[in-house]
Amino acid sequence: MQELLKVEGLKQHFISGKGIFRKGYTIKAVDDVSFSVAEGETLGLVGESGCGKSTLGRTILRLIEPTAGKILFEGEDISACNALQMRQLRREMQIVFQDPLESLNQRHFVGMILEEPFIIHKQGTPAQRKEWVKELLEKVGLPAESVTRYPHEFSGGQRQRIGIARAIALKPKLLICDESVSALDVSIQAQILNLLLDLQQEMNLTMIFISHDLSVVKHISDRVIVMNAGKIVEEGLVKEIYANPQNDYTKRLLDAIPITHPSQRKKRLLANTR
Amino acid sequence: MSADIVLSVRGLETEFQTDDGISKVLHGVSFDVKAGQTIGLVGESGSGKSVTAMSIMGLLPKPYGRVIGGSVNFRGTDLTNLSVNEMHEIRGDRISVIFQDPMTALNPVHTIGRQLVEVLKLHRPELSKKEQQNHAIEMLRKVKIPMPEKRFAEYAHNLSGGMRQRVMIAMALACKPDILICDEPTTALDVTVQASILELMRELQDETGMAMIFITHDLGVVAEICDDVAVMYGGKVVENADIFSIFDNPQHPYTKRLLSLMPNMDDEPKQKIKIAPIDPAEFPEFTGDLGI
Ligand SMILES: Nc1ncnc2c1ncn2[C@@H]1O[C@H](COP(=O)(O)OP(=O)(O)OP(=O)(O)O)[C@@H](O)[C@H]1O
Ligand SMILES: Nc1ncnc2c1ncn2[C@@H]1O[C@H](COP(=O)(O)OP(=O)(O)OP(=O)(O)O)[C@@H](O)[C@H]1O
Ligand SMILES: [Mg+2]
Ligand SMILES: [Mg+2]
Repeated sequence: MQELLKVEGLKQHFISGKGIFRKGYTIKAVDDVSFSVAEGETLGLVGESGCGKSTLGRTILRLIEPTAGKILFEGEDISACNALQMRQLRREMQIVFQDPLESLNQRHFVGMILEEPFIIHKQGTPAQRKEWVKELLEKVGLPAESVTRYPHEFSGGQRQRIGIARAIALKPKLLICDESVSALDVSIQAQILNLLLDLQQEMNLTMIFISHDLSVVKHISDRVIVMNAGKIVEEGLVKEIYANPQNDYTKRLLDAIPITHPSQRKKRLLANTR
Repeated sequence: MSADIVLSVRGLETEFQTDDGISKVLHGVSFDVKAGQTIGLVGESGSGKSVTAMSIMGLLPKPYGRVIGGSVNFRGTDLTNLSVNEMHEIRGDRISVIFQDPMTALNPVHTIGRQLVEVLKLHRPELSKKEQQNHAIEMLRKVKIPMPEKRFAEYAHNLSGGMRQRVMIAMALACKPDILICDEPTTALDVTVQASILELMRELQDETGMAMIFITHDLGVVAEICDDVAVMYGGKVVENADIFSIFDNPQHPYTKRLLSLMPNMDDEPKQKIKIAPIDPAEFPEFTGDLGI
């Protein structure tokens, strides 16, 4: 398999808490991270809340400039790209943000939000674009009337799906999903996961799938990376890591897998107080 | 077991004014909330869970959203009849809410520490300034924010998604409310942190007899924390029962569907999940116009 993305020694350090009388301190959100993803592969990214997963996603797309390190997309170092080249590249590298409101323009109708990527990249006639928007909405399970509504008129999970529809509009090569199914009930979640698997089959989509839900990660990923405090602590095939975790944090994560029936409650409480 | 009913929602109907006209979203929602217990509100994305919470709290976006029918009875008062000021007093003091989207609830121009201290000033006026600050840091520690003394002076936009959720939880718990409404409070939390947060909520519940409405799509969390469950579909409660009945003997086709699709660690990876399309004929009570 061909390598699509390669990250080398990537660092993202923030200076925080700086004030007139305060010196501030450094948060090493991403700290010397290296990995690669092959074309058509799904890489799961898990780890404790605050360990740097979203920051890593944003840094890969250069939405924030890295403190250090290299990002190679199809063998080319994108840290050297200028703004225009970056805009072209963003067509092929898309992200679905953890907080959908952050990325959806509040003042636009959903129809416009979904049509915009085609307009920016000069694709299709107005009639064709309307048709594509309709198809996108259908794919993520939203009614066609959604086009004349604003993002704030939707529920949390509906907004997540608008974010997904926009990200897949231009058929990117790389899709980064940041907790993108976390607010969906299992029935719609299943529909979205199937959609992503379909896209992968159809157009050899490569994905980085950030999620706190280990069963979802297991379902969709080929390989998993476990992060802790900005560093990769474990990496491997889903089967191997889940069956035989090496790192302490990974073990704790797998031990804490949620119960599936209320009768299991007691048992778990006891296990937790060990 | 019969517990005191602290909040009783009856026939709640809510609608929104949109560019295309009126859109009715809640078609008569009813359920009871019992003291010291937790009711789970589960259901399809877009079925009206958050709107139910907003309707109870008097927080529908004005002037577009309004309750047009039904009642919310809290200790002998119908909350839907209260004035904005009266509702403001109940909110925070007696009933607290953790929103699905923390960024809309956290103030972007104040540090999270300052916001926590503000809450404590209101609810724990007996504490000195220094004590309030220490208490706020302690709350951050309890929700597992690392380096809480440092993070105290941080702004919400510099925190991760899950950290924001936990700051919201800390603020809501600091009020020691009679009723806590949680709207998808743990969607960004990994299982280890999630377990500690659920434990923390349960502790407070034991200590103060707080009642909870727990909105979540996560059936594992429901199994863990709820005493009763109300299942919503298309703006209605289609099934309402105690936790064991829901898991062992679900009645409504949508509830059965949810349970059958519950993620399982034994599933084969990278296989499509088998989902049958929803058959509208199975939902005779559904007459909504949501078009989902
Ligand atoms: N702009 C910023 N300024 C300062 N610190 C930041 C900034 N953005 C992120 N951080 C910090 O970087 C760390 C990693 O945050 P990030 O959002 O990447 O975590 P995460 O793994 O996505 O967590 P979650 O699962 O809770 O979403 C956190 O400590 C966060 O507070
Ligand atoms: N301001 C609004 N104007 C118009 N319609 C709205 C508005 N807010 C919500 N709705 C609609 O009301 C319905 C219920 O929304 P609600 O947010 O309660 O769903 P939910 O059950 O919380 O879903 P989720 O699990 O996705 O968060 C949705 O179809 C939504 O589109
Ligand atoms: Mg994140
Ligand atoms: Mg909601």
